[in-house]
Amino acid sequence: MSAPRLWGVLAQYENPYTITRACEQVRDAGYSEWDACVPFPVHGLDRAMGLKPSKLPWIVLAVGIAGSSFALFFEAWAMGTAYPMVVGGKPLFSLPAFVPVWYEMTVLSSCVTAFLANWILNGLPRPHHPAFASKAFERVTDDKFFIMVEASDPKFDLEKTKALLTFAGATLVEELEP
Amino acid sequence: MSHSEIKKPEDIQIPPSSFLAKLPMLGGILAVAGLGATLAAAFGAHKARAMFSYLWAFETVLAIALGGLGWLLIDHTVRAGWGVVVRRFVETTAATLPVFALLWLPIGFLGFHELYPWSHETDPILLKKTWFLSPGFWYARSFLYLAVWGALGWFLYSTSVKGDTLTDEAARERTVHLVRKVCAAGIFLYGVTLSFGAIDWLMSLQPHWYSTIFGVYYFTAGILAFFAFVTLMSMAAQASGVLKTAITTEHFHDLGKFMFGYTIFWAYIAFSQFVLIWYANIPEETEFFMVRMEGGWQYISLGLPIAHFFVPFLFMLSRQIKRNNSLLAAAAVWTLVMHCVDIYWLVMPNYGAHGGGEHAPHLAPSYLDFTALLGMFGVFLAVYGVLLNRNKVVPINDPRLAESLAHENY
Repeated sequence: MSAPRLWGVLAQYENPYTITRACEQVRDAGYSEWDACVPFPVHGLDRAMGLKPSKLPWIVLAVGIAGSSFALFFEAWAMGTAYPMVVGGKPLFSLPAFVPVWYEMTVLSSCVTAFLANWILNGLPRPHHPAFASKAFERVTDDKFFIMVEASDPKFDLEKTKALLTFAGATLVEELEP
Repeated sequence: MSHSEIKKPEDIQIPPSSFLAKLPMLGGILAVAGLGATLAAAFGAHKARAMFSYLWAFETVLAIALGGLGWLLIDHTVRAGWGVVVRRFVETTAATLPVFALLWLPIGFLGFHELYPWSHETDPILLKKTWFLSPGFWYARSFLYLAVWGALGWFLYSTSVKGDTLTDEAARERTVHLVRKVCAAGIFLYGVTLSFGAIDWLMSLQPHWYSTIFGVYYFTAGILAFFAFVTLMSMAAQASGVLKTAITTEHFHDLGKFMFGYTIFWAYIAFSQFVLIWYANIPEETEFFMVRMEGGWQYISLGLPIAHFFVPFLFMLSRQIKRNNSLLAAAAVWTLVMHCVDIYWLVMPNYGAHGGGEHAPHLAPSYLDFTALLGMFGVFLAVYGVLLNRNKVVPINDPRLAESLAHENY
């Protein structure tokens, strides 16, 4: 029988305080391929994990500007050139009349981009994950806090990593198969 | 975060030599000089002009105090915890409201005839509005607004101050629940009185004209200016040596978010008012924008969307700006200046207009505008300074203080 392949290590913590401290230790140990899963937003966890600011705002800004410009040019082109039509005695290019659509298109393109880019940046949709095999992990949506370190991390060493997570206060450490 | 780490702030009394301790004196000098010059002119040859300047200054500063009251009402009703460290600055803002009842007296009893054409003119349109725009009813309503605002503002301030010396835990909890109930009812009173206050004192300057969104416009202008004001006050407090560690970037970031959000809301409301009038093109409604599109006013009409919306919107868009104190202070000062221009644009085009504004008065700033504005801000800041210096600068016993001290954005 061959030894089971290893995907990574899963460690369970009891409260937001201990997982924040544990994340700081994993961060300071120099790991890069790891993540934390918590049942609700824990303030300061991004700092404890050493996460860089998200790229999301820049993507939203770029697409928002593009959507905004497109809306205004499209309105001006449609009402002024493609199908000129006088409405209510107003000029063909009537900026006030264009503003509602201009505004809504800016909001729409920004919001849809924020939603979709959020999924893509987070690697969603993701029907399967090795952690789903763990019975303990089911409580991540209830009252337990988890850190998982992947075996692909250059600093990963099964015994040392397990020791680090346990020392940081884990109440349970499991090995995960792919 | 564990709450054991959180320590209550200790730098909560304004040092006697600091800027905030001198605020009553500075405000007092401005008040005496500014309002003195304005009222002197009002009793002289320039009565109408002085009264319009006075009304402008009054509505500009009143909007800030009312914005503070609005924030408190919402804050208590939704049991918000983040802002407790800056709440005493807000409560003090709202506590100045009783003084506005005194400041209103010149409008009601000195300049009433000069300011409001419906008080002495009549025509078929105004005849239909007589039941509402009659002096008796107007005075009764005005007294009601001033009483409601003064009572709400003073209640929220004095209850909070009393809590500073309340040692009994159960009594503190009872106060919190009582205040929440008063605020929930207060939101309704506030909405009605503020809307009608704006209609009676500002919209009726041009009595033919009407706009159903006008009350919201005035509210938005006020709460936007208020967030700018309280941001600057919190910074002034830290510069004066209080709450140096209690107010953090997180709180300034949130105040900045509100300022940013209400900048958008102001543009939304202002444009909503404009576009329907522009589209329908009915003489009674377009009159408002007609007088503001000539005689120099067109520069302000076209400049406001740019300087009061696009510039601050793009400037405050980034998170980094809102988390940088100097840049946020710049945005706050800009917003306050634009608020003054905005209310100027509402009030001043009616100066010298007769018969419903067939001819547009020119944009012609007078020294009386500056004296009135400085005087009004002087009274406001003097009262604000006196009330602030009397107490601790933070509601130290508030049950949500710990939550506010530990506040973090995401």
